[in-house]
Amino acid sequence: MSDLTEKGLPTRSLATPDNPIYRRRVWMNRFNLAMSLATMAFGMFFLLWILWTLASKGLASFGPALFTQMTPPPGSDGGLANAIMGSLMIVSAAIFIATPIGILAGIYLAEVGRESMIAKLTRFVNDILLSAPSIVIGLFVYALIVARVKEYSGWAGAVALAIIAVPVVVRTTETMLLLVPNSMREAAVALGAPQWRVVTMVTLRAVKGGVITGVLLALARVSGETAPLLFTALNNQFWSTDMGGPMANLPVVIFQFAMSPYEEWQRLAWAGALLITLVVLALNILARTVFRQKNN
Amino acid sequence: MTGITETLPAPTAGTKPRGLASKFALQDAVFHRSTQFFAVLVLATLAGIIASLFVGSWLTLTQTGPKFFVTDVWDPVRSLFGGLAPLWGTLITATIALLIGVPVSFGIAIFLTEMCPPVLKRPLGTAVELLAAIPSIIYGMWGLFILAPILAEYQPAISSSLGNLPLIGTLFQGPPMGIGVFTAGLILSVMVIPFIASVMRDVFETTPPILKESAYGLGATTWEVMWNVVLPYTKAGVVGGIMLGLGRALGETMAVTFVIGNAYNISLKLFDPGNSIASSLANEFNEAADPNHMSALITLGLLLFFLSFVVLSLSRWMLSSLSKKEGRRT
Amino acid sequence: MSFQVSLGDAAKEAPKTNAVTKIAIKNLNFFYGTFQGLRSISMEIPERQVTAYIGPSGCGKSTLLRTLNRMYSLYPGQRAEGEIIFNGSNVLDPKQDLNALRGQIGMVFQKPTPFPMSIYDNIAFGVKLYEKLSKSDMDDRVEWALKKAALWGEAKDKLSQSGLSLSGGQQQRLCIARGIAVKPEVLLLDEPTSALDPISTARIEELISELRDDYTIVIVTHNMQQAARVSQHTAYMYLGELIEFTPTAEIFVKPKDKRTEDYITGRFG
Repeated sequence: MSDLTEKGLPTRSLATPDNPIYRRRVWMNRFNLAMSLATMAFGMFFLLWILWTLASKGLASFGPALFTQMTPPPGSDGGLANAIMGSLMIVSAAIFIATPIGILAGIYLAEVGRESMIAKLTRFVNDILLSAPSIVIGLFVYALIVARVKEYSGWAGAVALAIIAVPVVVRTTETMLLLVPNSMREAAVALGAPQWRVVTMVTLRAVKGGVITGVLLALARVSGETAPLLFTALNNQFWSTDMGGPMANLPVVIFQFAMSPYEEWQRLAWAGALLITLVVLALNILARTVFRQKNN
Repeated sequence: MTGITETLPAPTAGTKPRGLASKFALQDAVFHRSTQFFAVLVLATLAGIIASLFVGSWLTLTQTGPKFFVTDVWDPVRSLFGGLAPLWGTLITATIALLIGVPVSFGIAIFLTEMCPPVLKRPLGTAVELLAAIPSIIYGMWGLFILAPILAEYQPAISSSLGNLPLIGTLFQGPPMGIGVFTAGLILSVMVIPFIASVMRDVFETTPPILKESAYGLGATTWEVMWNVVLPYTKAGVVGGIMLGLGRALGETMAVTFVIGNAYNISLKLFDPGNSIASSLANEFNEAADPNHMSALITLGLLLFFLSFVVLSLSRWMLSSLSKKEGRRT
Repeated sequence: MSFQVSLGDAAKEAPKTNAVTKIAIKNLNFFYGTFQGLRSISMEIPERQVTAYIGPSGCGKSTLLRTLNRMYSLYPGQRAEGEIIFNGSNVLDPKQDLNALRGQIGMVFQKPTPFPMSIYDNIAFGVKLYEKLSKSDMDDRVEWALKKAALWGEAKDKLSQSGLSLSGGQQQRLCIARGIAVKPEVLLLDEPTSALDPISTARIEELISELRDDYTIVIVTHNMQQAARVSQHTAYMYLGELIEFTPTAEIFVKPKDKRTEDYITGRFG
């Protein structure tokens, strides 16, 4: 205490490396940063563990048969051809429905409605739908379509997935359009162009890469969705390209086969899981690459 | 910018006047209305979801009434339904997910913003986000076939040690099957980490460098800067991120369905099997022939949607209040 | 020659010939990646006096200031070569304890940076880093620091309110109070008034004059008049080089270098 004046003030700086309070802080800091490193390792550990499991379990049944043969009855070998086809059709239909709706609604938010009540409300609702439980969307489409036509169908599945995809496209389209500098809009408006031309020919063009990113992310998001398909597209043991009836699709087949006691089915489920994960991760990485390239 | 000259009509002398201008005005009116239609379609979807859930749950809401949410009978044979058990399962798994997920996400966000070498920032950030991209059904399979057997091996040891603790001991008891409420919560925690961690990282990066510098300038350590300055500064955003994770955890279906054990059960023993709202729906909806059963399930769906709606609204509100603050500062 | 600057009391004081060197900079070079921001700077900063760095934008004056407490070390790709001797050790030594160094050398920034906590806690935060004080001792310290920063009168009734509730000039004085509460030996001021109105600026300048007997102060300013008003020594920097470093009274009355003269007389450019 000899370093203190009568007012309790230190006469010289106490911030020395050997100050005991400081030593304790240094250890606290080291410990917490080490924990931070450990949490990062924890996250990466799970990612790698899951990917490793998929690779080691899925590769065993990963072969041409997977893409050429139908889903087998219990106890025999087969492939996932009908499920892959069904998934392709349902997901493509969903994206074809969702893309125009999402882009136009996104344009409304960024260019037309902006701060109007409808725009604000839509923005809010869109953010809710973006994270809404997908199984509830399955319930909704069940009530909307399946309960009325009294049949599970590929179209019902596509509509359910489209409802999940739209908010992703809306969000990215709006975010991207807002990145366009106002000077670019002003330059186009100053030429006397009507707004729809400014938007379609100038601003939307400027953010093409970002909008494609949004569509790819939506595609990745719905490709692996299982819950909403349970009550809509259901499943089908056979080859079917009829979107009007129940359709096989990868996620539901994987669910059914994985939960079954049959070893052949479980093996196919792992192969399907590997396939679907590869597709989804590839789409995600592609989306990021497109975004980065178009933005530079 | 070159697009402008290519796409605009070439000017023709004398055609400027009113005719063209009113044509443009008409075109723009059509443009406004049609984009607005699609925005309203998004609103209508939400309205449709809510309306259809109410219609579907009408039978239960009118016949059983509020009692449905506080009773825990679930007996399809006697056609008696109460939603407390799946509600309990939903809340308890989401709580476990946040208890594990939030500190881990905070650590990851600190690592990514303050400790990570610049070259690794992007790849590691992407890797964390890819955890969110993995379809939930994969988490479910992995949980059932890989994680559950491992947990089953260690559960007896945990039950016999931690299970004897006063007060919290009960939590660590239950049959050593590897599946149950705890396993579901653990998997959910891994699934919500990427959502919470990326929001935290993004809001941490909105902290003005000068504010961090002035804390470092006083001699604060990295941890103190993060904990005492950056975290309070971004509080609203961090809570928003946690709410977003919670919203995801509440509604997650497939991962939970695989591992929760599918039992209508209200228990504090975390190793006991249970059920969540989403897993009840996934397991039973297609088999529900009895209108009471179906209506009870849809009522659960309504409850789930209501919970997520409240949580996600809070999340959105907190995140937007942060971005407003940011706008005001700069 | 006609100069429009009026010298302050600090500059008019007879130069202390016996001034002790607090910080000795020897042959300092600084790099932002491959760009060289500072070129072989050498200077001795005298203890308990005010030293000002002036020069046009991008001349390296802020960069030089940020080497003194190694603030640049937060950013990968920025590095310094040479020596900065402070209290007998080299600041640039990789083994230098940065937190302790920054506890000894306080800093105030261009914009007020109150932490997102109460006025009281803004000051207590720094004090707690190195001292364990009782509640009443801490109260005394907070009061002392706020009085020293001429903020006590305005803030004493709202110590528990957020630091953000103060006006810009008050916030900057809070930052100065926060900086001196830990009793550093050196205070670095990086254009502390650039975001403030003239009245707040005048108060900060008065404050600097009052603090100069207790602290070694280094101030970066883009405003020559300010340097003339508050400093005893002035360094003119240009394109990363130290052109001239003399007592303030001399540099503004009789600059040695043609480039300094051009800048001071406004013929610069």
